[in-house]
Amino acid sequence: MNALLVAPVVWPLATAAILVLLQGRLPAQRALSTASAAAQLVLAAVLLARVATEGILVVQFGGWDAPFGISFVADHLAAVMVLVNGIMGSSVAVYALRDMDPDRERLGYHPMFHVLLAGVNGAFLTGDLFNLYVWFELLLIASFVLLTLGNRREQLEGGVKYVAANLVASMLLLTGIGLVYGATGTLNMADLALKLPLVPVGLATTLAMLFLVAFGIKAAIFPLFFWLPASYHTPPVAVSALFGGMLTKVGVYALLRGFTLLFVADVAVTHGLLAWIAGITMVTGVLGAAAQTEFRKILSFHIVSQIGYMVMGLALFTPLGLGGAVFYMVHNIFAKANLFLIAGIARWYGGSFELKKLGGLYRHRPLLAVLFVIAAFSLAGFPPLSGFWAKLVVIRAGFEVQAWPLVAVALFVGLLTLYSMTKIWLAAFWSPAPEGVTLRAGPAPVLLYVPVIALALLTLAMGLASAPFFALAERIGAELTDPAGYVSAVLGEAAAAAFVAQGVAR
Amino acid sequence: MEAYLAVVVGAMFAGGFYLVMRRNLLRFVFGLILLSSGVNLLVFTAGRISRGAPPIIPDGASVPVGEVANALPQALILTAIVIGFGLTVFAMVLLLRVYERLGTLRTDHLKAHLEAPQPVPGLPDEEATA
Repeated sequence: MNALLVAPVVWPLATAAILVLLQGRLPAQRALSTASAAAQLVLAAVLLARVATEGILVVQFGGWDAPFGISFVADHLAAVMVLVNGIMGSSVAVYALRDMDPDRERLGYHPMFHVLLAGVNGAFLTGDLFNLYVWFELLLIASFVLLTLGNRREQLEGGVKYVAANLVASMLLLTGIGLVYGATGTLNMADLALKLPLVPVGLATTLAMLFLVAFGIKAAIFPLFFWLPASYHTPPVAVSALFGGMLTKVGVYALLRGFTLLFVADVAVTHGLLAWIAGITMVTGVLGAAAQTEFRKILSFHIVSQIGYMVMGLALFTPLGLGGAVFYMVHNIFAKANLFLIAGIARWYGGSFELKKLGGLYRHRPLLAVLFVIAAFSLAGFPPLSGFWAKLVVIRAGFEVQAWPLVAVALFVGLLTLYSMTKIWLAAFWSPAPEGVTLRAGPAPVLLYVPVIALALLTLAMGLASAPFFALAERIGAELTDPAGYVSAVLGEAAAAAFVAQGVAR
Repeated sequence: MEAYLAVVVGAMFAGGFYLVMRRNLLRFVFGLILLSSGVNLLVFTAGRISRGAPPIIPDGASVPVGEVANALPQALILTAIVIGFGLTVFAMVLLLRVYERLGTLRTDHLKAHLEAPQPVPGLPDEEATA
């Protein structure tokens, strides 16, 4: 019935299956992989356009209506995230054409890449808690393979930590799902929004904590982030860009969904705790980055720090805060992935990720320097780039509810972010190359530059023409604050009316 | 019956988490296997236990007659078992590769073996029982 809603999952899975059949025929695999990623981007754009005009789209599988069957739900948040995944997928697919080595391609890089995209889209679109677990596992197993593909020693050492942390998180998630089912008798998220308020508040909060830890490990919040900086700098650049941009944000998405739709019984406790976590995550991440001297390790610690801003928006729990968190998330995916891709080009010229062994890139390649400045200063929150508006919205949301300590931390961390970005700028771009290092004569392959320039243009567009992006973020914020629309789309008008009545009674 | 199973689940979780926190990666995987079985039992118990009432719809009816067993937890567990099997197999292969390339399965020795991939003298490879 609503094929468009299923396409973002079925399309990459079908592509992966065909890519397996093409095993060993690299030119065919490359062509199909890139074309399919581009087509997925188009599908996602059409999906968002449909959601924007028709409202929340729902599909019930197998003719079993919710809450008995599995539902896929595309509200604005899910549709935007699927589109962002489409953009990231195509960018990385193009970059990988020149970045991925044939050995890894022969070992199955291409099919796993598309399985990962399918898992991410499934996690965004599903409206069923157990189904969410299944998509999480699908994207996890694909990410395990992509992370360790090639068997280099650093990859294995980082991979062990990544695999261990994520497997424990999966166990906790499944435990939480089992207990939620025991307490409510349902797994459909819209139905849970109706039934979880009937559970005693203490029990509901306990369940919320279990999900907070499980999603928190995947989102890399304090104190559960150690696996991220230990592993994200080890795989090929294309893979670490996709991971650094997209994967942790799936955890953030799950937090956003869970703590607006499901676990809102005792907001003072759950979201109060989230506020503390947000602040400490920002600070520890940025301090960790300050101590690093390797391009990709600095970026990895900054992922953690930036997650703090998104959790801050969620913790404030106002329409502006939630919209700001989503705006921040989208801006951050583009800017962060772009920085990883730029690190790869810098390595192409300088031969290393170590800042000590890099230098003189500004004189050598001014265009690359300009692209770095756009992404890095957007990350640090310079006007008029996208990061400035993202920080502005989240901080203004903090002002509105007078969360002064959190606002102060957010501003302070912004300064430290600038310090790290300036450190990379000075070492790799501005200062002359160190003794004995000769920069490779260029230019680097055009296909490495294409996605970097595209993402930089997106960052500029989000900054210079931010109005439509804001309008969308506001709409998402309103949708998340008032899930009655979500419940109505999945379960019908009557259930939504019951949901509203329940809210009034509380 | 539920209370008894709850205690069993608790014991499996305790054992699982104890093994997961050991420094030897092989024990970590054993812990995960124990944990995943514990979680499956938990999902089963959370769906309520009933005896001798298979969820079969008699001829001519469109809904089951009387109280029947809950079939959903079994579907969930079946999915979880398959997923758990895949992940465990991957984890075992990963450990094998780690042992081949780094020469250790001790989490606190991994870093040292990264620079010197052979077994490092002075560091016992067996788990210390301190």
